[in-house]
Amino acid sequence: MSQLSLTDSDREQMLEAIGVSSVEELFRDIPEAVRFDGRLRLEPALSEPELVRHLEELAARNVDTTKELSFLGAGIYDHYVPAVVDAVLQRGEFLTAYTPYQPELSQGVLQAIFEYQTAICELTGMDVSNASGYDGTTVAADACYVAKHVTGRSKVVLAETLHPQVRQVVKTYAVGFGLEVVEVPHDGGTTNLDLLTAASKDAAALIFQQPNFFGCLEPAPALAAAANEAGALPIAHVDPVSLGVLEAPGNYGCAMAIGEGQSAGNYQSYAGPHYGFLASKAEHTRRLPGRIIGETTDVNGERGYVLTLQTREQHIRREKATSNITTNQTLLALAGLVHLTWLGPQGLRELGETCMALSAYAKQRLGRELAFPRRATFKELAIRVPGNARDVITAAREYGVHPGYALGRDYGGMDDVLLVALTEKRTPADIDRLAEVLHEVGA
Amino acid sequence: MAAAESYPDELKYHPEHDWARIEGDEATVGITWFAQDALGELVHFEAPEPGVTVTKDSVYGEVESVKAVSDVVAPVSGEILEVNQAVVDAPETVNADPYGEGWLLRIRLSDPAEPDALLDVEAYKQLLQDL
Amino acid sequence: MELIFEKSRFGRRASTLPRYELPSVEVPEELRRAEPPRLPELAEPEVVRHFTELSTRNFGVDTGFYPLGSCTMKHNPRVNERLAMLPGFKDLHPYQEEDGAQGALELMWRLQEILQEVSGLHACSLQPAAGSQGELTGLMLMRAYFADRGEGEQRDTIITADTAHGTNPASVTMAGYKLAKVETDARGNLDLDDLRAKVNERTAGLMLTNPSTLGLFDESISEVARIFHDAGSLLYYDGANLNAVCGISRPGDMGFDIVHINLHKTFSQPHGGGGPGGGPIVVRDKLEPFLPVPAIVRDGERFRLDHDRPKSIGKVRGFTGPFGVFVRSYAYIRMYGPALREMSEAAVLNANYLLARLRDTYELPYDRLCMHEFVVSARKLKREHGVTALDVAKRLMDYGFHPPTIYFPLVVPEALMIEPTETEPKERLDAFADAMVAIAREAAEHPELLREAPVSRPVRRLDEVKAAKRAIVKYGFEEHPDLSGEVGEARQLEAQKGA
Repeated sequence: MSQLSLTDSDREQMLEAIGVSSVEELFRDIPEAVRFDGRLRLEPALSEPELVRHLEELAARNVDTTKELSFLGAGIYDHYVPAVVDAVLQRGEFLTAYTPYQPELSQGVLQAIFEYQTAICELTGMDVSNASGYDGTTVAADACYVAKHVTGRSKVVLAETLHPQVRQVVKTYAVGFGLEVVEVPHDGGTTNLDLLTAASKDAAALIFQQPNFFGCLEPAPALAAAANEAGALPIAHVDPVSLGVLEAPGNYGCAMAIGEGQSAGNYQSYAGPHYGFLASKAEHTRRLPGRIIGETTDVNGERGYVLTLQTREQHIRREKATSNITTNQTLLALAGLVHLTWLGPQGLRELGETCMALSAYAKQRLGRELAFPRRATFKELAIRVPGNARDVITAAREYGVHPGYALGRDYGGMDDVLLVALTEKRTPADIDRLAEVLHEVGA
Repeated sequence: MAAAESYPDELKYHPEHDWARIEGDEATVGITWFAQDALGELVHFEAPEPGVTVTKDSVYGEVESVKAVSDVVAPVSGEILEVNQAVVDAPETVNADPYGEGWLLRIRLSDPAEPDALLDVEAYKQLLQDL
Repeated sequence: MELIFEKSRFGRRASTLPRYELPSVEVPEELRRAEPPRLPELAEPEVVRHFTELSTRNFGVDTGFYPLGSCTMKHNPRVNERLAMLPGFKDLHPYQEEDGAQGALELMWRLQEILQEVSGLHACSLQPAAGSQGELTGLMLMRAYFADRGEGEQRDTIITADTAHGTNPASVTMAGYKLAKVETDARGNLDLDDLRAKVNERTAGLMLTNPSTLGLFDESISEVARIFHDAGSLLYYDGANLNAVCGISRPGDMGFDIVHINLHKTFSQPHGGGGPGGGPIVVRDKLEPFLPVPAIVRDGERFRLDHDRPKSIGKVRGFTGPFGVFVRSYAYIRMYGPALREMSEAAVLNANYLLARLRDTYELPYDRLCMHEFVVSARKLKREHGVTALDVAKRLMDYGFHPPTIYFPLVVPEALMIEPTETEPKERLDAFADAMVAIAREAAEHPELLREAPVSRPVRRLDEVKAAKRAIVKYGFEEHPDLSGEVGEARQLEAQKGA
């Protein structure tokens, strides 16, 4: 067995040293009643070449974005992942290490995550970031837990234009947290400010998304102001690659910034693993979930990095911890750092500008009625199609093009709306092709 | 730099390792040498606000070292007159001088007879021995 | 070593991006970025050097022996990395139509079947992203189950062991339950008398790992299960220690109703410096209706997502969970086939061998054969020579090993919790045992060697008190004015030029 070094000779010597006569004897404390003496009903073992063949066959049955021209977004995006990300992630010293509880052996991970924390704070205008959460949905639940303890209130307000799965996860967690969840509808593609103001009374937090699920730009400063007025924490769920062109939430009144990190450095990979980011203003530091890396010095005065403020965490505070999170998404956050480093500030800005320019071109070239005509957008646009958007998707895919996400899956009255995503991997010629295909299928 | 082990004679003690210095109808309270030694160097004092009422035997705050958190229990009941800002700013003061500069709260006693129920220094030392 | 921000120089850049001849679009002024983020500016060569140098300052399983207790730091087969990067997996969008994701759906369905077989239970959700999240999901299932039976108000308490990992009580609070603890007896099993006194009609369930964090299999597990089931409660299995018993004893057969499995422990997903992981849950059929949505189901030769689950607790994570993790774990299990029990047998053999080699030098709190891990105490060294488990751990670094877990479980003073895993050859175990014995001797003869350790790493012991007090959690651009000044000035020029 390729993973085990155990030879018969090894086994013999080891059993003798232990003082038992068989491996079987090592399990003597397991009562007979709970012994599994059968053979696991698993398929026969595969050699490495057979394994590769089997997995390649499974992979071949997936229509991925190398096989289909895709305009699918809706929270996970086909952005370019640079080769340096792959190179760094394959370093065994990063890949196969675990939580850096022994800092002298883990300065690589600790410094890298300190740099990641810095990058996230820079993007979001916040003072402190944690070392990652599971994904863009769970960080919203985390943020609600923080807000509950900071404000002592037990209601959270979610914009309806926040990703449907984010809202669903918050509602799932809210039961155990003892939180009431209220949703505020949109008006023409962005959150209705009057309804939001009314809902925010007695709320612990308001979570809105920028750009929102429809791809529209919310009046974010006004939303934050309404929440602050009501004593609720404004929490912006943001697209990391939009933050070269869009203002940082920390600069327009938000208490926290969260989001799905995938667009910065991770492959789509059928949704994971990715990373969620969570950052806040300094005053909420002690309530933050997850690991935080801090800077210090060693006995010789050399600079070094350590896990800090660990008394927040489960291994010390146990039932009073700010979260139960232990294993997080470090490697994927590292990918995010490498990607943001590769981009640099100019590259990030250009990336945002390119996505917006492509979206504008798509609006014009597709010539379809916009679902939210009076709204500025970032990298996605919602267009109306004749009939049901799901049928248009099916038809277009016959031509090797996936035209986007059917918003009717999550929103009533929008069965005819298609959400088209434009990343820097799409070209004007791709958009021309989309226009052609939509025309072809009578959409 | 931690102080040498000591338990002043004139103080009253609570089994959760807190002390009280009673002066008229006011008490000054803090944690004992044993408590600060068990925690290690303090890095944070999560303090209540002045004006808040504390109740004997209830938790009024927390002290933290790098590796541990401990609830701080009120040895007496009453209104908080003052919180020691010096400890909030420099929690290690408690390790250096747990009974002097490292005091945590000044309280106006709601019941002047209450401190009688606390342990005297011999009883507290006995408790430590039995641990 | 410099931070990447300290290596940054205005005007350098690693990225090249496609530019199209398209009119640019302005963000409305009130939403527009005023100041660019101060991301590092380096060209590619120095980016690669930076991260390469960082990696050399880190220790992974690939570097050497890494015996962290209850973490199962086994070797991560390299073929799995190649497989997770197949375009059909890595470039697949999670909202792809089902007919375009049959390979992914089948892989997940097959993994579910495997996990059900290994646990001896009936239904599975792959959604939770880590063991802790699996725990929380399991508790949410309990809550939904009891609410459905009209016992929701009545059952408000979860019982955990005093040897439990901190995640257990933390999960209990997040799930909105109250916490009760049961003690461990002198043999390392749950104290049945204490348990009987604490289980009643308010008990929703038990959270337990078996073998425990002491590496000991609870000999009365069947009785424990009976006590809870008789009270109408449920049992939750923390799968952190599953590596000990795969194919040897199944949690379902032990009486557990909900199990979480740590794919990054038992099933070789690389730990990544702290994550990612996978925490799928497997449940007894009566709990299936409450599992997170969507379920992955098979209809003949087709696989699909079923969102029609009216009793589901909802979602705990996006989509169907961390798919790349499933690829690796599935591939890993397919390499073993039914011989998966050999993995556990080797893990338990390695642990017992190491225990045998160390028991005369370090104190053994429970005189039993262990499972895949064991705990020794350095208490004697502390008493006799004034050196602690921490000092032993730091000195092990100078011998080229990653230390075991220290100061856990809490019931053992000066604890060293050692899990070698099955992928270590005998020579590695001998080298580690030799080092531990040598360190014990150093403790007696040259204790300063321990106290000053490590001396062979990029840094010496770090001041954690200073870190907690100063709380410097990001690079201080303002404290390094030359760099930010230069960037700021030039940034203004760019802004005028670029917009």
